[in-house]
Formats: sequence, structure tokens, C-alpha cells
Amino acid sequence: MNRLSDFMLPPANSTFAAETDALFNFINVVSLILLIGITVTMIYFAIKYRRKSEDDTTPLITHNSKLEITWSVIPLILVMIVFGWGYNGYLTKTNAPDNAYEIRAIAKSWLWEFHYQTGHVSVNELHVPANRPVKMIISSDDVLHSFYIPEFRVKMDAVPNRYTSVWFEAIEPGEAILYCAEYCGSAHSNMLADVVIHSQEDFETWLETGDAIDDDLSPVELGEQLVQRQGCLACHSTDGSTLQGPTFQGIFGRDRLLTDGSTVTVDENYIRQSIIEPNTQVAEGFAPIMPTYAGSLNDRQIDAIIEYLKTLD
Amino acid sequence: MATSETSNIKRLQVRRFKPEENPKSTYLTEETGIWAWMTTVDHKKIGLMYLASILFFFFVGGTLALLLRTELLTPAQSFITADTYNQIFTLHGAIMVFFFLVPSVPAALGNFVLPLQLGCKDVAFPRVNLLSYYIYVIGAVFTLIAIFTGGVDTGWTFYTPYSATTGGNVMMMTLGVFILGFSSILTGVNFIVTIHRLRSPGQTWNKISLFLWSLYATSIIQILATPVLAITLLLLTMERALHIGIFDPALGGDPVLYQHFFWFYSHPAVYIMIVPGFGIVSEIISTFSRKHIFGYWAIALSSLAIAFIGFLVWGHHMFTAGQSSLANMVFSFLTFLVGIPTGIKIFNWVATMYKGSIDMKTPMLYIMAFLFLFMIGGFTGIMLGSLAVDIHLHDTYYVVAHFHYVMMGGMVMAFLGGLHYWWPKMFGKMYNEFWARIACVVIFIGFNLTFLPQFVMGSMGMPRRYFNYLEQFQGYHQASTYGSYILGIGFLIIAAYLLHSLLRGKKAPPNPWGSRAMEWQTSSPPSLHNYEHTPVVINGPYDYHKPMSEFQLGIEGSHNGHGEHQHTETKTVEADK
Repeated sequence: MNRLSDFMLPPANSTFAAETDALFNFINVVSLILLIGITVTMIYFAIKYRRKSEDDTTPLITHNSKLEITWSVIPLILVMIVFGWGYNGYLTKTNAPDNAYEIRAIAKSWLWEFHYQTGHVSVNELHVPANRPVKMIISSDDVLHSFYIPEFRVKMDAVPNRYTSVWFEAIEPGEAILYCAEYCGSAHSNMLADVVIHSQEDFETWLETGDAIDDDLSPVELGEQLVQRQGCLACHSTDGSTLQGPTFQGIFGRDRLLTDGSTVTVDENYIRQSIIEPNTQVAEGFAPIMPTYAGSLNDRQIDAIIEYLKTLD
Repeated sequence: MATSETSNIKRLQVRRFKPEENPKSTYLTEETGIWAWMTTVDHKKIGLMYLASILFFFFVGGTLALLLRTELLTPAQSFITADTYNQIFTLHGAIMVFFFLVPSVPAALGNFVLPLQLGCKDVAFPRVNLLSYYIYVIGAVFTLIAIFTGGVDTGWTFYTPYSATTGGNVMMMTLGVFILGFSSILTGVNFIVTIHRLRSPGQTWNKISLFLWSLYATSIIQILATPVLAITLLLLTMERALHIGIFDPALGGDPVLYQHFFWFYSHPAVYIMIVPGFGIVSEIISTFSRKHIFGYWAIALSSLAIAFIGFLVWGHHMFTAGQSSLANMVFSFLTFLVGIPTGIKIFNWVATMYKGSIDMKTPMLYIMAFLFLFMIGGFTGIMLGSLAVDIHLHDTYYVVAHFHYVMMGGMVMAFLGGLHYWWPKMFGKMYNEFWARIACVVIFIGFNLTFLPQFVMGSMGMPRRYFNYLEQFQGYHQASTYGSYILGIGFLIIAAYLLHSLLRGKKAPPNPWGSRAMEWQTSSPPSLHNYEHTPVVINGPYDYHKPMSEFQLGIEGSHNGHGEHQHTETKTVEADK
């Protein structure tokens, strides 16, 4: 019967995933037995007692207290097992160990920002160590979002003006996907992040070097990587199509009408302004919905993005 | 029973009234013309107007669903934009829940059948009944205006703060649903009073049908829960219009409070939708097994138990919303308790078939489909009630599939069963049995093909309300979309043969199914005032061991034991004949 849950569930890569999966399996098996049992009984009755003539008479059977008690008590016992098991698994999922490594996750429409204890920030890319408990402190800058990593079997809503938390301990290095699971508007289904699970040493190295690996890249190459990594492409296309924000194609040097009726030329300053304080000068025809990148992009990175946009004719 | 005290006993002179075979005057031939229909206080006509309206909305909601499924054939955008997609799924949900599911059985079928099953001329407040229909229409107009003046993209749940900040005409839509709520409340009040006050002479509480018990339980929920929805939506409107901070954190409000308010209505609302369906199942199983229902009181009281416990489980929609562990534990526990009365019903229904004389006509076929699909809906509900597993499955397609198995596999199948069951009574016409069975099988196959893959996707982690998705899910999405087309074809077949039945259908006898229930003991279609006599009840509606003649008793005059005979309800009929 494990085949069914193997087929239905994603690979398990957290310490408590196995318990969740076992319960998933248990409920499935018990349900299937009951479902098949009752369905077969139903069909058997329907065939065996099918109407043979219009004058059929049936016996008067009004009730049977013993039967009623049986089929109340047995399901009651079963659901109480499921309840206790589920609550137990839930407690494991809620109570993070004291030594957990803390990472802040901030949800904005429509990207995920992660702040590490070293002060390092990554967008739409969550780096976590394997074999070490990680506690995510989650909040939202605007509407409700939900932090969901199927392979870890964890989910927690991101609520504005409030912190929620979730913890997990990944078993093996590898990759997984983080979804936003609470509907949050136009680009809800693009609000994904990559989860990179490092071995402990690699994670330490990543924390120390982080962006340093980017040093080898030219500004244009770095800019191209950043617009992908930072989630810009969720709303801005590079091929001229209109998403939630204006396309990047041919954007540099163009005159742009703003919602307040004025016109600006898209130059270095306008781009910088739009990244740091996105909603002060909004292009006509678009809603003021872009989250700020102040604090998560340094000057060198902003320069690189500007250089990259210049190349998109 | 208090009524059987000796001093209250009064002997009634009853005689048999055989239902007329080919009635000349029926409610359809009396008071015709558009104005007469629009101002009618006849519960049967109001029921039919409701029926037409909900079928219209079912068509609209269903078409929207097919658009959604078509867009989801490919992982990326194919023919509509993300914003349009979001508006469509919002409308699909809102229309199906508020304009189809909630009024489907109580307001349409219930309105038609309830007074017939009580042997009275009409509901207790016929004018209020008409008013409730017009309130429904006004609510619907508001909603249509909202659709054409900006649309709504909040999801049918209107979660804050998104619904407080997004564009579109959210206010018009919530006002529409707000107004609609009053229609639901008025129907509930009407039904409760009617069941209490207008039962036929001799029809004690153990002789009313289980359909009436289910409507009674539903009405209680409607009256108690709907005002909370009204308040919530009003607060939401005030927040949007006047910027009073209640739910929006930017104004100092609390978004989770909104979820509490919303689900305090919307979870019981799930039972408003499904409990009347349970009533239909009891009627049909007993009729087509030609056998006394097994566990009458178990089924009747479990409806009330569901109505009661259903009020205490709303928090299970918020297991991942940041609720305290203690609250989560309590809500999870109570959620499992509500599963027990539901299970009891299923066992009793199957036991009713034991040693019956089962005729697998279309209504019964739908009920078989109901039992199978609803069980899957129930078991997956247990899955979702379990805390550890729900953390993984919450807000994924697993929930979407579960909900559709309960609402469509359960409620819509019961509704279709009821529609086919009472169709001859409503219109005095039979439908084509062959095509009806074909349609049932097509719908059953299409339904499972649509929603079974969604359980798998959801378990794999596919979140709901996604416009784009990862390629690994495409196979399941495609299967689901093709299933939905088959489902659509099934409904077209139904539309075709029902239309044919209306125009050219064979005349229906008064009691084509050989039922003992009261509504079948008058002509098909019934006369304007239902019965030309006052029915007198000495047997329960499931007493198949008694001869048919004992179910057609009554006294002269159609005052139904009311009016000039103010105290009829305190009389008891001599019951041993």
C-alpha cells in the first residue's frame, strides 16, 4: 500500500515528513477498505434485491440499536486515532528546537525575500543547510501569502503585521520548490522560490561568500542574473509582452507617461528610483504594486541591472 | 406525546381520496400569464421560478469552470490573462456557492415539495416566500452589475487585506451576496414555521419525511449563520468605502479576524448545501427499495447533530493561518466528531437497501453515485481534518478535489436525483429513462476523471488558484480538463431530454414510483391548492408494509385542518385502522 503514497506524495526531505506520510498512508488505506467494503455491499444489495415484480413485498425492518452503536463507535475509534496521530505530528511541526538556525522570510507581492543572520539577503532563492534545524520567521509586507515547501511537508501563512513561524530539518542536500499557497493576486502563481539545500560546510561557505561569486561577472551578465534571481521577471517581460509591470524590452532611454500625467525619460536615475521607491513614479496603465528593493540590493547590483536593461533593445 | 391525552382525542371521519389520473385543472393551468407568475404566492410556482434561476446560474458557473479548465490545459498562458483567470475562478466559486448550491435544494425543490409533504396548501407565509425570491433576484442583479463593472478577483472567500485593496467592483459583489443572505434567512424562517404549524391532522413529528427533517435542520443553520455573513460583508464594505480599520492591517485591523467571521458562516453553509441533499437521498432510497427507511430517528437526529456540531468547526479552515496550537487541536477534534453522524447516515442508507425491492431507475442511480462520491468526499475530509497532514495539503488541489467531491459528487448528484425524482410531479411529464441513465453514467465518469487527478496533484504540492503551473503537473491537469468536457456533455444530454420531456413527454401518473410519501398521493401535477381534501396521516411516509389505500385518507374540504378548525393539531386520529 506504500505505493499509493509514494505515487501521490512528493519526495520527502525533512525529518518529520515520514510521520506525515505514514498518517497519510494510514488514512488512505483505512478509507479504501471502508470505501470498497461499503460500495461492494451496495452493489451486492442492488443486484441481489433487485425488483423482480411490481408486487414485491419487503420485510419491515425499522432499526437495530446494536448495529447503530457498532457503526457509530468503530468510526469514532478510528477518527480518534487519526486525531491523536495528526495532533502529535502537528506538535512536532510547530515546536522548533532551541538550536534552530533562524532565517527571516518576507513575502511581498510577488516575491520572497530571505534575510540571514549574517545580514545577507537573497530573493526568490532560499538557502538552507541540511541536517540542521532551520526556523523560518515569516511575515508579509502587503496581503496574505503562504510559505509552502511540499518536500518538507510544511506550510505557514504570511500575515501582515504579525510574525508566524515554521521549522524543518532537511535530510539531504538538493533542491526543492517553495510555493506561495495563499491566493495573492495577479502573479500569485509566479510567486515561487528555489530552495537550495546545502551540506553544512557548503552553507557556511555560501553565507561567507554569497555575492562574492558574482565578482567574476561583467555588470551586464550580473544584471541578467539578478533580474532572474530577484523575481523581476515575474512582472516584467524581456520580450515586449505586458505582464503586471512594463516590459524591460527597449525600456532604457524611452519617454514614459506616468500616472500623474507627467512624462519622464527612463534613465539611470529613474530606474534607480523605481527599484528603491517603486511607487513614487508609476507608469501610466499600471497599478502601484511593486515591492521595494531598498536594503536587498546594493549599489553595485543596481548598477548591474541598469547596465543589463540598456542592452535590451 | 402530549396530544394523545384522552381529553384531546377526537374521532375524524375519513375516507379515501384516490389521486386524479388526468387532472384538468392543475397549478400549471391556473393563474397563467406572466403577471400571474410574477405575483404568484403559490409555493410550487415560486419553486419553479427558483429552479429556473438556479439552473441558469449553474449553467453560467459551469461554463466559467470549463473556461478555467481549458486555460489550464497548458502550463503557461494560453488564451486568457492571469487577471481574467482570477476573475473567472472568483465568479465560478461565488456563483456556484451563493446562487446555485445554497438555494438549490431548499429554495427550489424544497419550496415545491415541503407543503406537499405536509399536506397543506402553501408555506406559512406565502408572500414572504415570494419576497425571498425577489430578494434573490435583486442580489443576483447586483452581482451581475459587479461582473460587468470591473469584475471581482478576490476568490469567493473575499479574504482581506487583498479584498480591501484590490481593484474591481468588490463592493457591489459583496452587497449582492449580503442581499442574497436575506432571501436565505426568509426561506429558513418560512420552512421552520410551516413544519411546526401546518402539518396535516395526525402527522406527528415521527411521521414527517426525512426530507422535511433535513430542511428543518438546514433552516436552523440558515437563520443562525447567515446573519454573521451579512455582518462580515457589511464590515468589509465599510472598510473599503469608509476606511474604517477592521480587517486591513494597514488601518490597524486584523485579517485573521475576517477569516474567523467568514468561516463562522461559510462552514455551516457547507451543511446548508449538503444536508438537504441527505434528505433527498433518504426519500429516494426508501422509495426505490420499496422498503421502510432503516434508522429513521438515527437519520433525522444526525441531521440535527450535524447542524449543531457544524457550527463549531470553522477553525479547520485556518490550520495554517497562524492560529494557536490549542485552537487548532480543538477544531481538529470537533471536525472529526462531525464525521460520525455523517457516517451513521451512510450506513443507515445502505442498510435500507437490505432485503428491499430495488428498482435502479434514474433517481436511484444518481443516489448510488452520490453514495460512492460522497464517501470519497468524506474520507478525504478526514484526511484534511488531521492536523499534520492538513499542513501539507491545505490550499492545494487536494482541497479543491475534496470540496468538489462533497459539493458536486454529493450535493449536485443528490440534486439531480431529486430533480429526476420529482420531475413527474412538477410537470406531469415523464422523461426518457434510457437517456437519463446514459447521462448519469456520463456525468459519473466525467466527474471522476475531472477530480481524481486533482487529489494526486494536490498531494504532490500543486497549490490552488494557480494560473500557471510547473510542467510536472501537466498530465493531471489535462486529464482533469478532458474530464470536465465529458461532464459538460453529460449536462447537455440532461438539458436535451428534459426539454423534450417538457414539450413531448409522456403523461406521468400521479405516483409513477409507487411511493408511500405524501406528495405522491395527489395528482401530477398537483392542483393549485395541492389537495382537494384535507389529508389525514395515520402512517409514516416509509411504511411500505401498509397498503397504499391507507396513505390516501382525508376529510372533505381543503381547509387542511386549519382556518376554521383552529385546534386540529391537538386532535389525534384513530390510528389503528
